[in-house]
Amino acid sequence: MRYAVLQGGASRSFPDGDPFLAGAARPEAAEVVLHLGTRPVPDATRKAVLVELGTECLGVHTGEESGEEGSNVLGFARYRNGDDPPSRLVELVRQPRTLDGAIAAARAVFEGAGLTVVVCADQAGRIVDRLARPKYNAALRLLDEGLATAADMDTTCRLGLGYRDGPIERVVRGGLAYHHDVTRALFETYGTPGYAPARRAVVAAAREPR
Amino acid sequence: MTPAIRTVGVCGAGGTMGAGIAIVAARAGFATLCHDQSAAGLERAAQQSAGFFGKSVERGKMSAAERDAVLGRMTRTTALADLAACDLVIEAVFEDLQTKRALFGELDALCPPHTILASNTSTLSITEIAAGTKRPDRVVGMHFCLPAQLMKLIEMSPGLITSDATFQAAWAWTEACGQIPVRTQDKPGFILNALLVPFNNDAIRAVEAGVASPADIDTAIKSALGYKMGPLELIDLVGLDTQILLCEAFYPVTLDARAACPPLLRRMVAAGLLGRKSGRGFYTYAGDKMFGA
Ligand SMILES: NC(=O)c1ccc[n+]([C@@H]2O[C@H](COP(=O)([O-])OP(=O)(O)OC[C@H]3O[C@@H](n4cnc5c(N)ncnc54)[C@H](O)[C@@H]3O)[C@@H](O)[C@H]2O)c1
Repeated sequence: MRYAVLQGGASRSFPDGDPFLAGAARPEAAEVVLHLGTRPVPDATRKAVLVELGTECLGVHTGEESGEEGSNVLGFARYRNGDDPPSRLVELVRQPRTLDGAIAAARAVFEGAGLTVVVCADQAGRIVDRLARPKYNAALRLLDEGLATAADMDTTCRLGLGYRDGPIERVVRGGLAYHHDVTRALFETYGTPGYAPARRAVVAAAREPR
Repeated sequence: MTPAIRTVGVCGAGGTMGAGIAIVAARAGFATLCHDQSAAGLERAAQQSAGFFGKSVERGKMSAAERDAVLGRMTRTTALADLAACDLVIEAVFEDLQTKRALFGELDALCPPHTILASNTSTLSITEIAAGTKRPDRVVGMHFCLPAQLMKLIEMSPGLITSDATFQAAWAWTEACGQIPVRTQDKPGFILNALLVPFNNDAIRAVEAGVASPADIDTAIKSALGYKMGPLELIDLVGLDTQILLCEAFYPVTLDARAACPPLLRRMVAAGLLGRKSGRGFYTYAGDKMFGA
């Protein structure tokens, strides 16, 4: 599947030098167009139009119609833990009426580049941030409450659950200010305490020059 | 000064965890009294232990003579009075406060003053269990992971009244067994389950909210975070009914909304979808095959 990349700034999914960028075709020859920081325009001549998402929903770019929204425009984000390099995972964001052919074309583009693709609804945090961020919040809160040291919490998760790294080392490595920004967006949508940025993330965000 | 630990009793040694804990103790050179109310359970565990150490010999991890010596250190009994000479007793009986309290009450009366009583509870309070004895200063939490004979981690928790000497002696014993202890407070779920149970519930809620299919949720978590198993695969393995029990143990104590039982989980259990053991949970199973992934 030939794809073109329209880039309007730095991309978190495909940073400069990423081989995916080098594999792109010229726009006139492409069946799929990716917008990395450029404003997506509807284009029915393409199999799919893909918009790189940050913490916002796809609906922000497409508009919504009471559950009837959907076209050949999909959102996507390659999962990245803050400052860590991008993972192999691409979360593909669909709407209720998204065309099956558009999903198949998007999947083919990313899988063709050796990435792993999952499809999710247009909900805040998609899959991974929705599930992982409250866990990091809980670990940061338990650390504040003196449940255990950061090192013991991480050791417990690595040895007891077979994780590659523990929640504290992971959220700190990715950046507590980044965690703050992601959880703030989640909390704005869901409003439940599990998503409220943990105190240590609030502190880190306050200290970060912006 | 706490006397050295030489003889270890394991209550519930005919069960899943107790059988593994007894292996850990005997392997490290301690005389190990395996106690259970079920003689059949003890018999089954003895066969499992013989099989486990037999495999260790086959893999060149120990000699046949060492295997015989380890198995010789393990004694089976259904009489609690036989544990009277133990320096340390670890209980891994049913996860029920009254059962554990009653057991520790009896051991308290049987054992000499220096004996340390350790609980492998996953969800109960060490302090509340210790309150069933007249020696709450010599009661400690010692939470092994399944399978205990292979997993190195032990979450060690002092109750409110546990003495430093008791905690240190129990800690040193776990290290003498080659285990890796971590220290946690006596709070619901310690570290591991306090983080895991709400996370697994969140994954169930994501399915319920139509975020993605179970297979895509598991793939996303494994790929992005490097977990060996996705949360929904894990719940299928542990059992959806067990996940409800965990929610019911934690939520009323913590009132953490993430620990509350997701409605979908109750519906699935009501429908008989218990996970691997019933052939269907978030996935469908036929033998070792898994569908829906
Ligand atoms: N299964 C796990 O994954 C796991 C992990 C960590 C901790 N735990 C904890 O370990 C404990 C045991 O769990 P399990 O899964 O091994 O249970 P199990 O049902 O496999 O074994 C319990 C054993 O205790 C025996 N027993 C019950 N009451 C007794 C009594 N009063 N005196 C003597 N023996 C008695 C039973 O006969 C049975 O053999 C629980 O507290 C549980 O929370 C379980």
